[in-house]
Amino acid sequence: MSPDMIFGLLSKALMQTLQMVLVAGIVGSIIGLPIGVFLATSGKGELFPAPKTNRVLGLVVNAARSTPFIILVVAIVPLTRLLTGTSIGTWAAIVPLTIATIPFFARLVESAIREVDKGLIEAARAMGATPSQIVYKVLLPEARPSILMALTMTIVSLIGYSAMVGAVGGGGLGDLGIRFGYQRFNPEMMVLVVAVLIVLVQVVQSAGDGLARRFDKRNRNN
Amino acid sequence: MTSQHAGRAGATYAAPDGQTGSDPVAVAHSVPMVAFQGAGKRYGPAGEGGFTAVESVDLTVERGAITGIIGRSGAGKSTLIRMVNGLESVTSGKVLVDGVDVGALGEDGLRGLRRQIGMIFQHFNLLSSRTAFDNVALPLEIAGVEKKAIRAKVGPLLDLVGLGDKAGSYPSELSGGQKQRVGIARALATDPKLLLSDEATSALDPETTQSILELLKRINADLGLTVLLITHEMEVVKTIASHVAVIDAGRIVESGRTFDVYTNPQHETTRTLLASALKLPNWLRSAVKSQPSAGDRVLVRLVFFGDTAFQPLTGRLVAELGSDVNILAGAIEEISGEPFGSLVVSYSAEPDVVARANRFYAETGLTTEVLGYVA
Repeated sequence: MSPDMIFGLLSKALMQTLQMVLVAGIVGSIIGLPIGVFLATSGKGELFPAPKTNRVLGLVVNAARSTPFIILVVAIVPLTRLLTGTSIGTWAAIVPLTIATIPFFARLVESAIREVDKGLIEAARAMGATPSQIVYKVLLPEARPSILMALTMTIVSLIGYSAMVGAVGGGGLGDLGIRFGYQRFNPEMMVLVVAVLIVLVQVVQSAGDGLARRFDKRNRNN
Repeated sequence: MTSQHAGRAGATYAAPDGQTGSDPVAVAHSVPMVAFQGAGKRYGPAGEGGFTAVESVDLTVERGAITGIIGRSGAGKSTLIRMVNGLESVTSGKVLVDGVDVGALGEDGLRGLRRQIGMIFQHFNLLSSRTAFDNVALPLEIAGVEKKAIRAKVGPLLDLVGLGDKAGSYPSELSGGQKQRVGIARALATDPKLLLSDEATSALDPETTQSILELLKRINADLGLTVLLITHEMEVVKTIASHVAVIDAGRIVESGRTFDVYTNPQHETTRTLLASALKLPNWLRSAVKSQPSAGDRVLVRLVFFGDTAFQPLTGRLVAELGSDVNILAGAIEEISGEPFGSLVVSYSAEPDVVARANRFYAETGLTTEVLGYVA
């Protein structure tokens, strides 16, 4: 394989991976965030008490998280068809990736919100804050560094998941590595794919850490 | 403050020497700032399985005064203070704030009331993601005050608590005392009529505690703000509260003017709390026993105030009991501007010696308290 060809394949796969990870990451976290906040605030005696809904939602989230990703991909094919009109290709792969992201991110957000000192909620209540003011003015700002870390972790996991959607023709770096590197036994391609993935994860992690640090005023002077 | 519980109740308003100037309570308003009327708080089901945190408390907090509620941890004081702003619901009786029944308010009414009551906390409860300025601005944002008005309000508040130059600092960059100052400025932001203090100085060192207490005292005097505080430290009550109530196992066991309670405690709990405030030497504190054995000496605290302060009573006591009297500790202290002295002495626990001493106390009107026995 010529270097040009390798480069062409790699850059196309990288674009597909970025497309899948970004779209699934953004859509998944936009939906996952409120679910996580709800999970963290709807228990008995909490801000929006709805213990039954909380339990049901918790079960759904657990079920979605315990389903192996590759089974999820196949299981939701009807939904994928409904949304994208097809069951193969990069856009079709984005649907299961998004569905997998929602409960993953929601649980991380839930624990980030639960980490916020209960004393702050009490202080806000003592000021006469409404439950939604407490969410917007206290919980979300205080949990922001942890939520940014959760987002980083979600995107890194998505990069891993996106390697599996070659099964439905989603393309991407993982798919390239399997088809060219493994099945056609091209070690150079395999090494290159892994190297690009490592760099990608590294960049995402550093950017996420940096952002979280910037907003974390808890223990440093910045 | 009045209470039906203490033996002293009813007599607490008039100072023994007729001084009324020491009591800043304005008698003009007929409605007290806070009135607990048989108020109680029970968790869980009625009957067995539940837990009563506060039981039939009758207590009034006068306008413009600093009132302290003191008790050991778990005595119910945290619950009691939270019943005032509805953070804890009242399950029996009533709590009235400025004549309004807190238990009868809906969520909206409760939020309105809370905006008129400031609260400060043991662990400050400042938002780590906000600067000092923005922390003080929070209650105003919550109340829907517009940005310009907030800016005009926060600066002077930070100046008031002595943090004018720390507006842009995050809580992690401030010391404990500075954090509590921010907490106080935040509590004052909505011009409350009542300030609740929940162990506000318990996480601070003694020096910082004093400076925070001074600040509260100044705010009380300058703004006429009523303060209700809970604490487990007698020192805090002694320093700033004109009135005190002692809580034990959910009940108010003693209440009255701080000076009276401090100089002549009636209830066992009060005595215990006072004993830990007495600055006894460590070796002595650890040696005190509650029951005497043969050859032991009795440890007595003598309190001098009013008339007894001006008589040479110590000398006469020594003359009465012989040279056996040993002076172990002593201090002259002041509560709400009234000085009093206390002296810890020990003498033989032989019945005839004790009888002679007691006769002497009865004759002279000296206030005494047996602290225990030492070998």
